[in-house]
Amino acid sequence: MTAIMKRELSAYFKSPIGYVFIAVSFLFSGFFFWYFALSVGSTDISYVFLGMFYVYMIFVPVLTMRLMADENKQRTDQLLLTSPVGLMRLVAGKFLSAYIVFMLGDIVLLIYGVVMSFFAAVNWAIIFGNFVALALIGAIFVSAGLFVSTLTESQMVAAIGSIAVNVALALINVVATVVPVQVISDVIKQLSVFDRYYEFTTGIFSLSGVIFFLSAVVIFLFLTVRVLERRRWA
Amino acid sequence: MIEVRHLTKSYGPKKAVNDISFTAEDGQVLGFLGPNGAGKSTTMNILTGYISSTEGQAFINGIDILEDPIKAKSFIGYLPEQPPLYYDMTVDEYLSFVYSLKKCRLPKKSHLNEICEIVKLTDVRGRLIKNLSKGYKQRVGFAQALVGNPKVLILDEPTVGLDPKQIIEIRTLIKRLGKNHTVILSSHILPEVQAVCDRIVVINKGRIVANDNADTLARNLSADHKLILHIEGSSDEVKKVLESVTDVERVFVGRQVDERVYEYHVEAKEGSDVRRGIFKKLAARNYPILMMRSNELSLEEVFLKLTTGDEYGGAEKIETKFDKLEKGEEDK
Repeated sequence: MTAIMKRELSAYFKSPIGYVFIAVSFLFSGFFFWYFALSVGSTDISYVFLGMFYVYMIFVPVLTMRLMADENKQRTDQLLLTSPVGLMRLVAGKFLSAYIVFMLGDIVLLIYGVVMSFFAAVNWAIIFGNFVALALIGAIFVSAGLFVSTLTESQMVAAIGSIAVNVALALINVVATVVPVQVISDVIKQLSVFDRYYEFTTGIFSLSGVIFFLSAVVIFLFLTVRVLERRRWA
Repeated sequence: MIEVRHLTKSYGPKKAVNDISFTAEDGQVLGFLGPNGAGKSTTMNILTGYISSTEGQAFINGIDILEDPIKAKSFIGYLPEQPPLYYDMTVDEYLSFVYSLKKCRLPKKSHLNEICEIVKLTDVRGRLIKNLSKGYKQRVGFAQALVGNPKVLILDEPTVGLDPKQIIEIRTLIKRLGKNHTVILSSHILPEVQAVCDRIVVINKGRIVANDNADTLARNLSADHKLILHIEGSSDEVKKVLESVTDVERVFVGRQVDERVYEYHVEAKEGSDVRRGIFKKLAARNYPILMMRSNELSLEEVFLKLTTGDEYGGAEKIETKFDKLEKGEEDK
């Protein structure tokens, strides 16, 4: 698992993708920080996090598109799948490498909080809530991206597919509002990623929320393993 | 040791591999011979656990690849048809990645040095794989299979795309490795398999058509008693003369090579040598022999021989096809 993770990490920083992702992350968070906090003299950086939610929805797929699609195309999956490594470890290694790069871009948001605390009183509960929420939603985006990447040989298809999945995940609550049957609407609402996310951003740290996000990650990773396994049996 | 029992792989109604069984003992090089699409790669992919079989079992050192894939895979070094290389890594980085991927326990530095020595990669270890020539890429693929000194080596067409010198090097290497490894090697080149392997399994359309010692098979397939000649003179006359030579059983007039020069296929009694007799008779009648060689069977002919017991028809068919190609009237 560490071997695969290390390789993937080095691949991110041998190609521009790792740098580009972190740069885009810094660029947008810097802009939002200036726009929502500095320019209006506010310490509430919830909107910065919210902005980054949408940025990551689009940009995390750029990070994950290569993960398996490229292996499928270059036939290097033959090396991985014929090595004495369990599929679970393989998938975990891939996931962790992308997630580490994601967190390198994400961590700067905490630094903004620290910077602000030198000049004004900062509501750390809200900042931490937002940070944890974004870190969790990022894990979902990464795992979903990895899953879609496993399905195809084309990085382009992987990227577009993952963006579609991410948008769909974010829009579940909208679906809930248009479903006429109350029971179904309630069930769908419970699955809403965005509603759970919103809960965190108000500074409420709920264990059920954490479990919700982590289970979504586990489901996507599990599906990835299944896809790899199924290909063997096809 | 590799043991394969009644392996079948179906893709829908099509059977890529159909009920094949064979065994490769320790210290044996087993050649897997067959035309493209015969099922060689499919079989190898099953043996290495990349894909599963529909029916049947494959044992690597006594371990079922489906029962305990991780343990079975730890015995295998696999060079797929297309070497699985990461082009963004240097040779050294790639080999140490494979080293940790295979959870190798041998002393890393000396082990990788040794492998690079064996496959002659030492000069290019610091270079990016994407900048290497095809021959070197193939060697990196080979090196990858050797990492961890696995007991079983599975090599899918290891010499494809190499120049003749490299081919000889790789063959020598395989022979050497075969002494203390079990090696399965696939190829569609008969002389290659004959040169390297102890045992040959011939596969066609997913079925085994021959499974024998290399020597026995080669003897059965050898065609010393079959000759191809180019002779100047009227084809009817020459044919009659050839037929009159002692031990000649069958003469078949092939294409016209030149003006008044025809190609002849001569089949003599098995074990006989008719070359001198042919020379004397033709010389007496003043028909110059422009070329004479023994008819080594091409793989296609081997197949026809193995499947139908008649390779002449095949030769004829192939030759008329070539003629048509030359004349630009490929059958559509």
